[in-house]
Amino acid sequence: MVAKWVKNALGRMVPTEINGQDSIPFMGVGKFKPQKRKYNCKIPSNADYPLDGNKKVKDLKEALQKSGLANGMRISTHHHFRDGDLLANKVFDIAHEMGIKDLIWFPSASFPCHAHLIPYLEDGTIARIEGSMNGPLGKYCSEGKMKGVAILRSHGGRYQAVQDGEVHIDISIIGASSADCFGNANGLNGDSASGLLGFALVDSQFADKVIVATDNMLTFPCVPWQIQGNFVDFTVEMESIGIPEKIVSGTTQITKSPDRLLIAELTARLCEEVGIIKEGFSFQAGAGGTSLAIGEFFRKIMKEKGIKARFARGGSNKYLVKMLEEGLIEYILDGQTFDLEGVRSMRENPNHVWTSPFTSYNYHSKGNFAGMVDVAILGATEVDVNFNANVVTHSDGYLLHGIGGWQNCLFSKTVILPIPLFRNRIPVVRKEVTTICGPGELIDVIVTERGIAINPLRKDLLRKLKGSSLPIKSIQALKKEAEAICGVMDELVLSDEIVAAIKWVDGTIIDVVRKVV
Amino acid sequence: MKRGEQSSVSGNCDSKNRGDCLISMELKSSGGICLELESKVKVFYGKSIEKLVRSILAFFSIENARVVLKDNGALPYVIAARMEAAIKQIVTSKKEFLFDFIPDNLYTSKKDKFRFSRLYLPGNNPYMMLNAGLHQPNGIILDLEDAVAISKKKEARYIVRNALRSQSFYGAERMVRINQGDLGIQDLTFIVPHNVHVILIPKCESKSDICRVEQGIDIIKKEENIFRDIFLMPIIESALGIENAYEIASSSQNIVAMAIGLEDYTADLGVQRTNSAEESLYARMRFVNACHAAKVQAIDSVFSDVGDVEALAENVKRSKALGFQGMGCIHPRQIAVIHKGFMPNSEEIEKAKKIVNAFYEAEREGLAVVSVGTKMVDPPVVKRQIKVLELAINLGALSKDWRNDYGC
Repeated sequence: MVAKWVKNALGRMVPTEINGQDSIPFMGVGKFKPQKRKYNCKIPSNADYPLDGNKKVKDLKEALQKSGLANGMRISTHHHFRDGDLLANKVFDIAHEMGIKDLIWFPSASFPCHAHLIPYLEDGTIARIEGSMNGPLGKYCSEGKMKGVAILRSHGGRYQAVQDGEVHIDISIIGASSADCFGNANGLNGDSASGLLGFALVDSQFADKVIVATDNMLTFPCVPWQIQGNFVDFTVEMESIGIPEKIVSGTTQITKSPDRLLIAELTARLCEEVGIIKEGFSFQAGAGGTSLAIGEFFRKIMKEKGIKARFARGGSNKYLVKMLEEGLIEYILDGQTFDLEGVRSMRENPNHVWTSPFTSYNYHSKGNFAGMVDVAILGATEVDVNFNANVVTHSDGYLLHGIGGWQNCLFSKTVILPIPLFRNRIPVVRKEVTTICGPGELIDVIVTERGIAINPLRKDLLRKLKGSSLPIKSIQALKKEAEAICGVMDELVLSDEIVAAIKWVDGTIIDVVRKVV
Repeated sequence: MKRGEQSSVSGNCDSKNRGDCLISMELKSSGGICLELESKVKVFYGKSIEKLVRSILAFFSIENARVVLKDNGALPYVIAARMEAAIKQIVTSKKEFLFDFIPDNLYTSKKDKFRFSRLYLPGNNPYMMLNAGLHQPNGIILDLEDAVAISKKKEARYIVRNALRSQSFYGAERMVRINQGDLGIQDLTFIVPHNVHVILIPKCESKSDICRVEQGIDIIKKEENIFRDIFLMPIIESALGIENAYEIASSSQNIVAMAIGLEDYTADLGVQRTNSAEESLYARMRFVNACHAAKVQAIDSVFSDVGDVEALAENVKRSKALGFQGMGCIHPRQIAVIHKGFMPNSEEIEKAKKIVNAFYEAEREGLAVVSVGTKMVDPPVVKRQIKVLELAINLGALSKDWRNDYGC
C-alpha cells in the first residue's frame, strides 16, 4: 500500500503516500512553506437558494439527500457537544440506512460516545476517520481494524488542511444550540449551549454543502451569528442534537490529588520565579484538574502581588471566569467552553471573546494568536530526553487521545508540561517517545512531582533559576529517577503496519502510529 | 519445613488499588511452577515480574505451585511483599526475602528533630506511600494499627518492612505505628532491623506498656547487632492514659515525643468530639504539661476534616497556644498548613532577631549583660529566641546568614 518510506527531520520513518495521497515528511519547524494558492469552494448563486431565506428542510435525512450524500464522500462534524454529541451518530445512522459506503468521517474530535460508530466502520459505511480520536475509536484503530489510515491533525492543522486543499469536505453538518432558518447559528443560547462554534468555521467556509442542525430554531435573525447563514445550504430542526449535561459538565473541578496539586504548585512557583507572571501577561491552560489548579495558584500569586493578566486563552471554565470577573484577567479569548459558567460569561461579558482555530491556531496564515501567549501549560502522555513529546498514544502503543490545540500552543513563548514522572509504574519521561507529536525545540519545561527539567535551549530560564530552591534537574536525571523506581521497561514491539499518521501544524507528517500486536 | 494449608491469597487488586497486586497461590505435589500473570504493564515488565516471582518461590524452596498474579502496576518490592505474605500463610519458614536497602533509606534521625507534621499512611496501601515523602512532612507513619483491617494485619507487615527498605520517603523521619499488645510485639520483628526511626505505641496507659515494647526492641537489637537509637512516641488515648501521662512520658530515655489521640479519648469519656474541643481541654492541658515536664515533644491529635484547611489552621493556632509542638496529618495537603501554623510568624522572628543580635553584639564587646534598648534580657530568654531562629532557618523562613544583612 505504501510506496516509499523516508526519514523525517526528527528521524522518524514516515511514508510519502498515505491513503493514496502524497504526503510530505516533516522538515523542521517553520521549514515547509507551500507556494501554491489556497483552495476555494465553488461559487454559489443566490438564484439556487430561496429568496425568502428559508432553507429549512423536513429532517436530517432530507438534508443529507439534498446535499447529494454518496459513496466515498468526506463528511465533517464537530465536537462542540463533546461526549454529549448525538448528531454525528445520527448522520451515520442515516447513511447506514441509505446503504451508503466508504464514507470518510472528518470530525474536529471524537469522544467515547462515538463508539456508536464502530459497527459502521465494521460494515463499511465508514472507511476511515480523519480526526483526533479518543477512547474506543482509538483502540479500534490501534488494533488495525480500520480500513484506511487515520489522519490526526491539530485544531489549527484541521483549518490549514482544508484551506490548503489537502482535505475536501463534501458535506458538513454543523450542530448549533441556536439557529434561524437561513443558517445563522450560535452556541450561546438554548438547551444544547456549548459556548462557541469556532471549530465549524472552516467547514462552513469551504465545504461543498453545509447543513446547520439545531434543537432551537429561532425566527430570523439568530444573533450573534457565530456561523454565517450565507455559507449554509440547508437547515434542520431536530428534537435533540446533544445531551446537555454531557456537553458542558458543570463539574470541571480542581484536582484533589495531593500529587497533582504538588505539580501544579511547582509549576506556578516556577512561573513566578522566572517572571512570567507579571503585569499584562497572558496564559493558556487546559481544563484538566491539574491545569485548573495551576490557574488557581496563579490567581493567588496575582492577587497577592496585584498583578493583572491582559488575556487568558481558554478552554474557559468557572475558575477562569471568576478571574475575569474579579478583574484579574482583562480578556478571555475562548476557543472552547467547558462549563455552564463559561457559557454564561461568554453570553454576558463582552470581554469573554469567542475565537476560532483560524484566529488562534492556523499555521498557514499571516500569524496567529498562539505565539502571543506568554505561557502555555499543556499535558503529555510521554516526553523523551530531547523534550519531544507525545500526546496521542500511550506507552503501550494504543492511540487514545486527539491532538486538539496542543501542537498549536507549542508556539507560545514558554511551553510547560506539568506531568507525573510515572503513571502506575509506566515512566512518562523516557529515552524515546512512542509517537512524536511535538518537536522538543518547542517544549521548554517539564514539571514533575520529583523535579523540573528545563530545555537546555532555554538558557535564559536556566540563568533566572540559578540558586532557586525549586528542584531543577536535568531531563536525563529525571529519566533515571523514573527507572530507578519503576524498573527499566522492555522495548515495545509494534507491527510494521501503520494505522494512523500524525500531521504537524503545516500538514507535513511528523510521525506515524503502528498497529499494536 | 512444615506445610499446613495448601492455598493462600494476599494483596489487593481492583481499580482503586493502583500500585498493588493480588496473589493467589496453591501448593501442588508435582508439575513445577505454573504462573499466570495478568497485568496492565505486562508488555513492559512481564518478564521481570515472572523472574522475581520464580526467584522468591525458589528462595522458599517451593518447587510445585500454581500462582495467579493480578497486577495493577505494583513495584517489585510490593510484589515481593505480597508473594512472601502468601507463602508464609502456607509454609513455615524463618527466612525473609529482602531487597537491599536503597541508598536513600539509610539516613538516621535525631532526638531533637522537629516533629510538626507526621503523615499517617495505611500500612497495607503501598500506592499511598509512593509520593508521600514528596510532600515534605517531618515524619511519615506507616500504620499497622487502626488503618489496617484485622484480616490484613499480617500481610501489611511485609509491605511495611519492604517499604522501609525500598521506598524512598525523601528525608522524612521514618515512623511505624505498631499494634497494641502481642500483635505489636510481633510487629517489631518487621521494623526494628529495617532502619525505623520512631516507633509509635498506641493506647498507652502506663509505664509497663512502654517497657514491654522497649524490651521487645532490645531483644531484636541484640540479635541483629543493631546499635543505633530507636525512638519511641507513646500515644495517649484514654482517661487513664491522661492521668498517667507524666509517668509514661518519663518512662524511657528513648521517648522523644508523645501524642494525644482524641478520637479514642472522647470515646472513652463517652462524649462527642467537637471542633472547639472543650470536652478535651483538661486532657490536652494535662498532657502538654506532662510532656514539657518530661522534656519530650507534645504532639496533638489529627484533624479529621481534610477538606477544611481553614478550620485546620484555626485548630493549629489553638494547639500551638496550648503548648503543642506538632500535629498528625491524614492528608498531604494538611502538611503545609501545619508547618505554617507551628512555625514562628514574622513578628516572632523579628523580635527574636533583635534579641539574638543584641546577644551577639554584647558577646563581641565582652559585655556580660544583654540589653535591647533599655531592657535587660535574661539568658533563658536569649536561649528561647535562638531556638525560634533555628526553627525559622530550618523551615526556610529565615536565611542562615540573616545577621549579614541585619541592621544594614
